[in-house]
Amino acid sequence: MKKESLIPTLLILPALVYLVIFIGYPIVGTFQLAFSNPKGWFENFREVFSSKDFQNAFLNTLILGIIVIPIQFILAMMFALLINKKWKGYKILLYIIATPLALSDVTAALISYSIFAPNGYLNKILLNLNWIEKPLYFFGYMFKSREFLVVILTEIWRATPLVFVILLAGLQSINAEYLEAADVFGFSPWKKFTKITLPLLKPSIVSALLVRTLFAFQIFGVVWLLAGRDITVLAGETYYWYVFRNNRNIASTYALIIAILTFIVGWFYIGTIRSKHLEEGVRT
Amino acid sequence: MKKFFYVLVFVGVSLWFLGPLFFIFLASLTPSSDFYSMNKILPSKLTLEHINKLLVNLGGWRAMLVSIQVALIAIVISFAFGIPAGYAITRYVFRGKNFIKLVMLFTRSVPLVVIAVSLITIYLRLNLADTMFGVALAHAAMVLPFVVLITSSIFSGVFVEYEEAGMIFGLSRFGAFLRITMPLALPGLAASAIFAFIMSWNEVFAASVLAITNRTLPAHILSTAMASPDYFKFAAGTIMAVPALVFIFIIRKYLISMWGISLK
Repeated sequence: MKKESLIPTLLILPALVYLVIFIGYPIVGTFQLAFSNPKGWFENFREVFSSKDFQNAFLNTLILGIIVIPIQFILAMMFALLINKKWKGYKILLYIIATPLALSDVTAALISYSIFAPNGYLNKILLNLNWIEKPLYFFGYMFKSREFLVVILTEIWRATPLVFVILLAGLQSINAEYLEAADVFGFSPWKKFTKITLPLLKPSIVSALLVRTLFAFQIFGVVWLLAGRDITVLAGETYYWYVFRNNRNIASTYALIIAILTFIVGWFYIGTIRSKHLEEGVRT
Repeated sequence: MKKFFYVLVFVGVSLWFLGPLFFIFLASLTPSSDFYSMNKILPSKLTLEHINKLLVNLGGWRAMLVSIQVALIAIVISFAFGIPAGYAITRYVFRGKNFIKLVMLFTRSVPLVVIAVSLITIYLRLNLADTMFGVALAHAAMVLPFVVLITSSIFSGVFVEYEEAGMIFGLSRFGAFLRITMPLALPGLAASAIFAFIMSWNEVFAASVLAITNRTLPAHILSTAMASPDYFKFAAGTIMAVPALVFIFIIRKYLISMWGISLK
């Protein structure tokens, strides 16, 4: 490593300038749009907060996160422990579990539509097995709770691999000698897991939860394609107010609320992990 | 007994992850009469009619082309700006380095939802609204922090001694970077480029808001899918899934390390 002060600055500057122009400046713009209303600074917020749509969107976003994230976490942990055992065929299964990583939320929504549509495979199979007499309907305003179920299943299917991959990377970085030592002392598998693996995995667990929580506030494609505005979510409302109502101010207000929530969550997690583990993100 | 358990888990997990993919592939190849007949689970014949129609008549090709161009421009921009920054973070000690890393982590977590609406007002002034290039610029901003963090970890995997040896033999610092570090980092960089491609290929919110006539494939599908018959939705899902799966297959070796390192 060399101590030169001008060269690194010159190397980093273009990237920083680009981010300032395309992320920093638009964020300022989002503030401006959200706070500008002829009736007063906070008028947009008043309008948004007092509307039933916002309350629903906020609650739905929250409920989706609260249901989906723990299930994903437990499933991903089970998969990661399973793959980490390195049995015959674990590599093939690893790639199979990772496949949804490449798929977008739009694709995932269309995939689950092929199963849950009125003419979808679930209905076809159940009808042919004579388990049901009429097709089950999962979509439409009348079947909101079923739509919710399909959205949850789709999100679990689509995003569990992301949590899985982060946890697996963490598991693989745990020194095997600790576990061997535990074997010498006759620890049970459960004790090994709770006393050694879990504490050492903490940074990965926190970053997996962080990434998932941040993404949870942005949930959009899956909900929009499967349920439209039957189930409102914050990002969906941003899209709706911009595209369908042509109101940039309200759209920006929603966007700003998402940003603030993201920021609070990020802050909370960074406080938990401290900068030490952030450093690990970019090993030097 | 234990072996049986593993076989069972293997089959179960594979079905859970691959089953839905199989269903959409099958649905997109099923003739519409077979699809609407309730007692036919497997089609009597396979057809490419829906995929063909979606690509030719419903603007699929065009949207796909836009998607590919947007992703390529985004990769070029983000790598042109990201590689020098990543290299600087790895190889130099300077003040404010930790702050730079924090800025990268912060911008990585800013959702495009937050900036897209305000970006359009800027684009209108710059005549970038509804252009492919405008979408690409936004996608590059989304990918750039990822590129900075990932390239810095790729470069740190190339021993600095190699570069120093090159410099002893008369290469300049830039020459050593170009002739020694770059070739060694190339596989990792290629994998990151593919990953960046997928990030852009999958992004839907900014692509829908920033462009109307020049929409990428996901944005095009988002705006037209709900009005189309079911079999077009399935064809769309298949068209979007196949390239993503191919790319993931190509970079499978880097999959774990890339996510593990870049997100930690």
